[in-house]
Amino acid sequence: MNTPQQPLLNIQGLTKFFGGLCAVKDFSMTLNAGDLAGLIGPNGAGKTTAFNLITGIYHPTQGEIDFNGESMVGLEPFEITRKGIGRTFQNIRLFPNLTVLDNVCVSYHPHAGYNLVDSILRNHRYGAREKELVERAQDFLAIFKLEGIQNEQAKNLPYGEQRRVEIARALACNPRLLLLDEPAAGMNPREIVDLMEMIHFIRDRFGLTILLIEHQMRFVMGICEKLTVMDFGEVIARGTPKEIQDDPRVVEAYLGKGAAHVS
Amino acid sequence: MDFLLLSMVKIVAVLAYIYGLMWVLGHTKRWVKFLGVALAYGIIQIALSTEILTAFDRGLLFQASAITMVSLGLNLIYGFNGQFSLGQWGFYGIGAYTSADIAWRWVNGDASGFLAVLFGVVLVGFVIIGVGAFLQKVRGVPVISAFTLYLLGTVLAGAIAVGLAHLLSPLFAGGLGVTGAPGPLAQGLPLQLLFFVSVILAGAFSAEVSFLFGLPVLTLGSDYFGIATLGFTIVVNTLMVNSDTILPFPEMKGGRGMVGVPQMNEFAWLWVFVFMLLVIIVMRNLIHSSTGRTIMAVREDEIAAKAMGIDIAQTKLLAFIFGSLFAGIGGAVYAHSTGTSFLSPGTFTFLVGFNPLIIIVFGGLGSMTGTIAASFGWIFFLEGMLRVLLGQLGTEAPTWRFVLYPITLLLLMLIRPQGLLGLVEWGFLKAKIHPLRRSAAADAAADSAKLS
Repeated sequence: MNTPQQPLLNIQGLTKFFGGLCAVKDFSMTLNAGDLAGLIGPNGAGKTTAFNLITGIYHPTQGEIDFNGESMVGLEPFEITRKGIGRTFQNIRLFPNLTVLDNVCVSYHPHAGYNLVDSILRNHRYGAREKELVERAQDFLAIFKLEGIQNEQAKNLPYGEQRRVEIARALACNPRLLLLDEPAAGMNPREIVDLMEMIHFIRDRFGLTILLIEHQMRFVMGICEKLTVMDFGEVIARGTPKEIQDDPRVVEAYLGKGAAHVS
Repeated sequence: MDFLLLSMVKIVAVLAYIYGLMWVLGHTKRWVKFLGVALAYGIIQIALSTEILTAFDRGLLFQASAITMVSLGLNLIYGFNGQFSLGQWGFYGIGAYTSADIAWRWVNGDASGFLAVLFGVVLVGFVIIGVGAFLQKVRGVPVISAFTLYLLGTVLAGAIAVGLAHLLSPLFAGGLGVTGAPGPLAQGLPLQLLFFVSVILAGAFSAEVSFLFGLPVLTLGSDYFGIATLGFTIVVNTLMVNSDTILPFPEMKGGRGMVGVPQMNEFAWLWVFVFMLLVIIVMRNLIHSSTGRTIMAVREDEIAAKAMGIDIAQTKLLAFIFGSLFAGIGGAVYAHSTGTSFLSPGTFTFLVGFNPLIIIVFGGLGSMTGTIAASFGWIFFLEGMLRVLLGQLGTEAPTWRFVLYPITLLLLMLIRPQGLLGLVEWGFLKAKIHPLRRSAAADAAADSAKLS
């Protein structure tokens, strides 16, 4: 179904007004399967709003979002997730009082393989599927080197591990497109290098398409293959990291008018 | 002083009993489980039959059991799902009055109450499933429209059920006899079986009411939901007070209270025990399943839960329905077990309705063990110990228990904000802790060795 010509994600003319404020204006973007793309821009440029529109947390005022040839506009967030778009959040949103294992198991719920009646009767199907589900989650945690802390409450983890749990939880939804909202925020340089390796690894391992928002330029330039730059809700530039670095409009957006001459 | 000591002994004995029961239920060997449960039932039954437990204790025991079911339901809604609800007492009242009316009519030679609720519950069940399937196909129906559709279907199903009940109730006339001279079906074992069925029907009825009420109201934010459910409890209470004037139930006698509610008598502990155990088992199985995890995830973070593919509205509704089911069962059991054969709307006012909320906060939100222990402790402490203890100081003194009780609660909240038992669970109620994989365990051990 997803022929090479057909993009995985195709956004056209996406616009979102909050009252009179235009947060995202005429936003367009195309992602092909396997892309590792970045969305950058100064604070308040509308990047996270764009993410929230794609995942259905907000409904767009105008525009089209096609994922895998299907329109995502008007669907509920949980339906969009079940169609194959996973995400993480800018300020980590784990389930703080659940264990790491349960955090991941929650994502498996839509394909748990047993229903409410099975769980109340505790029949064989419950036993078998629940065991299988937990094992799958444990395998998954092992990939992220989190298996040793599976019974810890998520709120007790250090920041870097919480980030990893969040990514693991998003991947457990079995997405084809993964949206990462500032995955490197608050990480030290060593952790960032690890994170870059991990993102490459999960893309190859799970055949993902990844779109990420990030402020750390070293990280973005090092990992993304193509970039889209937003400012005041509009796309001001797109291209490879090299092209973006040299684009006067981007430099202007980040550093102000005239900065281009100084550098 | 003797009495104080005796009360303390009672509370400790009850807690030990609950601990033992949970331990036995959690045992891996099946025969130990059955034997233990039979033993747990038998001990109390013998104590009741031989009147080691006085009529006063007996009243406390049954009241505490009913409150346990109601509070477990509320803990599911508030403690596990995070929806602050004050409507639990309304569902408790609905359960009590429904079952009481079914049984009252039954022993007075009229099967229409039983038949109407039976058909009503089944038909409305079909309506809910049918409309639900229809709404799955036709997408994008606003909540209020969906609610209207459900409501119309329910009213229609209710009308059919009442019609059918009046049509079919003469069939039972011979077996039921008349007031004062009950037939074979209205006494002895058949009556006890009717209690069993009518308790389940009352629970199902409460659950269906909660579905209709929860559908629009659960879309409200947390605080607004709390106020709306408080309103629900008040509405139910007002209807009870006026049940003989604005509702067609003269036998409920409105504000004067319903008299002559049939009692389970010697079977009371059996049914109370069975239903309490059922509620505990169903709730525990629900919590420790994939659905239970989603219920807790919604409490933890709604937006994250949405983004992980969880249908928030459905999950909230599910927890609310199960909570109300437990409340309805608790109410029905209460109506038939106290031995007074009297139901008063005064028991179901919203002020008393804060009791389950206090119990679950006291015992620990999100702890089933805490709720069960606090329900029994609360009844034995407030009703048993303080009332009698203060009663010895003078006739006005028992009023002081409502001063001492909040102070106790206040102190507990200051010293232990997570509730008496926090997140502790006993035996059967414990979540399964999945052991680390062997390699992982080795790694973790190596890590800790490195650190030390």
